[in-house]
Amino acid sequence: MGRNENSIFYGVDRVTLLVYVILVFMGWLNIYAAVYDEEHQNIFDTTQKYGMQLIWIGGAAIIAFSILLIDANFYTVFAYGFYGFFLLANILVLFLGREVKGSHSWYRFGKFGIQPAEFMKFATNLALAKFLSNQNIVVNQQFRLRLKDLIKNYKNTIFALIFIILPLILIIKLQNETGLAIVFIAFIIVLYREGLSVGFLIFGLLAAILFVMALVVTNTSGLLITLAVIAASAFLFIRRSRRNLIIVFLVYLSAAGVVLATNYVYNHLEAHQKTRIDVLLGRGTVDLKKEGYNVNQAKIAIGSGGFLGKGYLQGTQTKYDFVPEQDTDFIFCTVGEEWGFVGSTVVIFLQLFLILRLIFLAERQRSDFSRIYGYGVASVLFFHLAVNIGMTIGLMPVIGIPLPFFSYGGSSLWSFTILLFIFIKLDANRLLILR
Amino acid sequence: MSTNSQLGNRKLIIGGFFCLIVIIYLCRLFYIQVIDKQYKLDAEKNAFRYMTEYPVRGYIYDRKGKLLVFNAPSYDLMVIPRETKGCDTMGVCDVLQITKQEYLKRIKKACQAPNSPRKESIFEKQMSAQTYATLQEKLYRFKGFFVQKRTVRRYPKPIAAHLLGYVGEISKEQAEKEAYYKEGDYIGITGLERSYEDVLRGKKGTQIAITDVHNKIIGRYMDGKYDTLAIAGKPLYCSIDRDLQEYGEKLMQGKKGAVVAIEPSTGEILCLISGPSYDPNLLVGGKERSRNFTKLFYDSLNRPLTNRALQGMYPPGSIFKLIDALIAQHDGLINRNTVFPCQMGYPPMGGKPKCHAHGGGKNLPGSISVSCNSYYSYVFREIVDQRKYPKFIDGYNHWRDMVKSFGPGTHLQTDLPYDKPGNVPSVEYYNKVFGKNGWRSNTIVSLGIGQAELLLVPLQMANVVAIIANRGYYYTPHSVKGVGIDKKLDKRFTEKHYAGVQDPTAYLNVIDGMQGAMEPGGTAYASRIKDVIVCGKTGTAQNPHGQSHAVFLAFAPRDNPKIAMACIVENAGFGGVTSAPIVSLMMEKYLKGKTDRLELEKRVMAADLIRGINVLGSGQH
Repeated sequence: MGRNENSIFYGVDRVTLLVYVILVFMGWLNIYAAVYDEEHQNIFDTTQKYGMQLIWIGGAAIIAFSILLIDANFYTVFAYGFYGFFLLANILVLFLGREVKGSHSWYRFGKFGIQPAEFMKFATNLALAKFLSNQNIVVNQQFRLRLKDLIKNYKNTIFALIFIILPLILIIKLQNETGLAIVFIAFIIVLYREGLSVGFLIFGLLAAILFVMALVVTNTSGLLITLAVIAASAFLFIRRSRRNLIIVFLVYLSAAGVVLATNYVYNHLEAHQKTRIDVLLGRGTVDLKKEGYNVNQAKIAIGSGGFLGKGYLQGTQTKYDFVPEQDTDFIFCTVGEEWGFVGSTVVIFLQLFLILRLIFLAERQRSDFSRIYGYGVASVLFFHLAVNIGMTIGLMPVIGIPLPFFSYGGSSLWSFTILLFIFIKLDANRLLILR
Repeated sequence: MSTNSQLGNRKLIIGGFFCLIVIIYLCRLFYIQVIDKQYKLDAEKNAFRYMTEYPVRGYIYDRKGKLLVFNAPSYDLMVIPRETKGCDTMGVCDVLQITKQEYLKRIKKACQAPNSPRKESIFEKQMSAQTYATLQEKLYRFKGFFVQKRTVRRYPKPIAAHLLGYVGEISKEQAEKEAYYKEGDYIGITGLERSYEDVLRGKKGTQIAITDVHNKIIGRYMDGKYDTLAIAGKPLYCSIDRDLQEYGEKLMQGKKGAVVAIEPSTGEILCLISGPSYDPNLLVGGKERSRNFTKLFYDSLNRPLTNRALQGMYPPGSIFKLIDALIAQHDGLINRNTVFPCQMGYPPMGGKPKCHAHGGGKNLPGSISVSCNSYYSYVFREIVDQRKYPKFIDGYNHWRDMVKSFGPGTHLQTDLPYDKPGNVPSVEYYNKVFGKNGWRSNTIVSLGIGQAELLLVPLQMANVVAIIANRGYYYTPHSVKGVGIDKKLDKRFTEKHYAGVQDPTAYLNVIDGMQGAMEPGGTAYASRIKDVIVCGKTGTAQNPHGQSHAVFLAFAPRDNPKIAMACIVENAGFGGVTSAPIVSLMMEKYLKGKTDRLELEKRVMAADLIRGINVLGSGQH
């Protein structure tokens, strides 16, 4: 591809491009298998989802070319512009959008629908990259318990977090699209790469563990007492100073806060979210005909694939609609059933390879903006991969989140394409920047 | 830039974290896809529906190949509740003659577990041909309804209901116990249908269909490669003579009781009649079936569903004297010329049991021909009190064992279900009633003339005559000549059983007495058959339920017997009057193919003892 500097493929990473094409093609094959029935066999039949997906893929190709055509500086310069534009689009969809399943999150153009929240991902990534490349969130590692120092140290972190949390809240609260919103958490990985304190991550991790424990144990007072005992016994290992006493006390207080907040948060979740958490954690009795149906059927489909799978188009579980949402969020069931363990491994490895390749590319960037953006792409893709496959094999709660390049749907395919190709363009340009 | 190198190792941590998660996922995938087999089983349950194909039940023929039972098509109205939108509801109600409420009730039932609104369930079972015909025209307006064809039993002649038995839905408990059956399956409940269920039912076939999540059938699995075909049930060849059975049932109409005929040389049952009977066609079909069954079931006066030939336990009366005579001769206590006094009763007990005027003491054959009560009271005491046994209890037990060797008090192990053993009272029983040492042989002397606690079922009576006809042995009575095209017969029916008495002279003397009963002065002279030597014995079984039961045993011809019969008619009085003519007419019909005693035939058929019309009169003996 393009040795010529004027070619749009000049400097484009061919490995990434190849993996992208393979993934999209495999995705389409699996959508065909998931939707397949003997009556409709014409692959261009747009009344069927695989026919529609071909149109989306065509659109994605046009978008990819366009992105490569546009000057790389455009994305840097208009990073905040994109962010602002799509933030607005996500608010306006409430008034202009069509209601689908109780949430206003779709713009309709005749037969086609677009979800602006999908495009918020790359916009946020651009804005975050722009912000972080101008600032420096690496802070003095020295830990001091003075409010003035805390604010000084964490000012940039807080700003960065606002870039992330703003769309997250907007999409959860206004559009009621938990799956689309929760992806923004992935950008924490970017912050970590750019110097976010490890303590911050550990605190977040502990909070998550406590949350899960509080749900599983249910005996709140028992848990609080246990935590107190742990906190007290900490003094067996650390120096008993006034400063340490305050730190331990504060840690205990926040841990207790998490535990106490658990029930509040849980009770304020929506019913279907509650049951999804219950199903994952095995709380109470799970009725496999009702709340446990999706996950159980997904596991049955994947599990019945065996080592080599049942063969293409031979899957009985997915073909006959036992698995809900099998062409979108549960597309991996088709892979698991028809291609078996071998096929599943190939798909996961391809995805992982793409992500690791992106990290490799990001690290070779000379501009901070490109590197940060690259990490953003890798993180978002990984988050999708982990949550989507995790939920089909019962390791994650059910969250409506697509498998990149595989799941049916124009918005998600286009959004991933834009996300990826902006980075490919930035990477292709890396040699030009500092020439 | 400087910070970048400082944080350089974080790329490794991030990359490592990504890899770690992927490895965890792959382990999990390996577990659920390769190691855990449960998901594969679940998948099979999910996607396949095993559909049963019901085999055609085997036909039943009589001994000459005439049809007794066949199958007729029947129609079930099925419904898929979800698809009944836009159905002409009132039209359905109209055709089936049900109310709207009933309609809604049935639809609701079809929606509830284990049924499902998406699955078909039975709306109306086994519609009559007439209903089906009217329905067929309008079916296009009844959305969500369709007709499923199956077969029901039909009977060309309305006979042998008890013998053939009936088929009905299996009980929940039984369906759970036996792997072959599912709830809603049909199974033989009584009679031959029950005892030959394994043969008649055939083998169910299975079609494996692929279904979608709504349980809707999408296609056949592997184009039917793994389907199994239903195997039709085997035909059953009965030993019953259809014409004899039909004729006997006609003679028995209006009478409670039973007639059993056995071919002595084989043990094959030639007819098995229980009166009152019913038309077996009443107990097939859906709505009518349950209505008729209820009616028959609750007829406590006539109990038409009871098979009296196997379950009716009757005191045998005088016919029992045959067994006493055989045992006493076997023990060497009496011979042909032995004479016992009779003074219109048994003298040692002051004339009890009573006897009738038959002209003084008789020898052995004579005592049978005139049925002397006194004679057999003596005989009974001779047996029980014989010198061989110092204690009379041992003598009694000897008598009891000998009696049982002729069948009474035991299950005959026939191929028909639910037979009763009858009763030959035990020593323990009398000890309980009279107290230990509180009874002697003359306390129970009426056992000798077939009364007291002695009870036999008609089949046992017929078997006793068959033994006498065979001079000492019998084959287990059975009602089937062969099973399947190759007419296989269970070995146990070709095995000879020997009664306790084997002495040919003993049988000769008894048979002479029985022949004498059919000659002038005998108790059944009126029922003789022209040109055929019949050997018979009448009985008049006193019972606590009113007038005596009329009993008659006979076999014919005397040499090379072709038929041995027992007949009991409840509350009909003297055995020679009602039972003997029935046996005599049936024997003649069987041996000669016709009878010219039309006047007698007409009178027997007209006698309706249930309604109290007794044109035959009752003899006083």
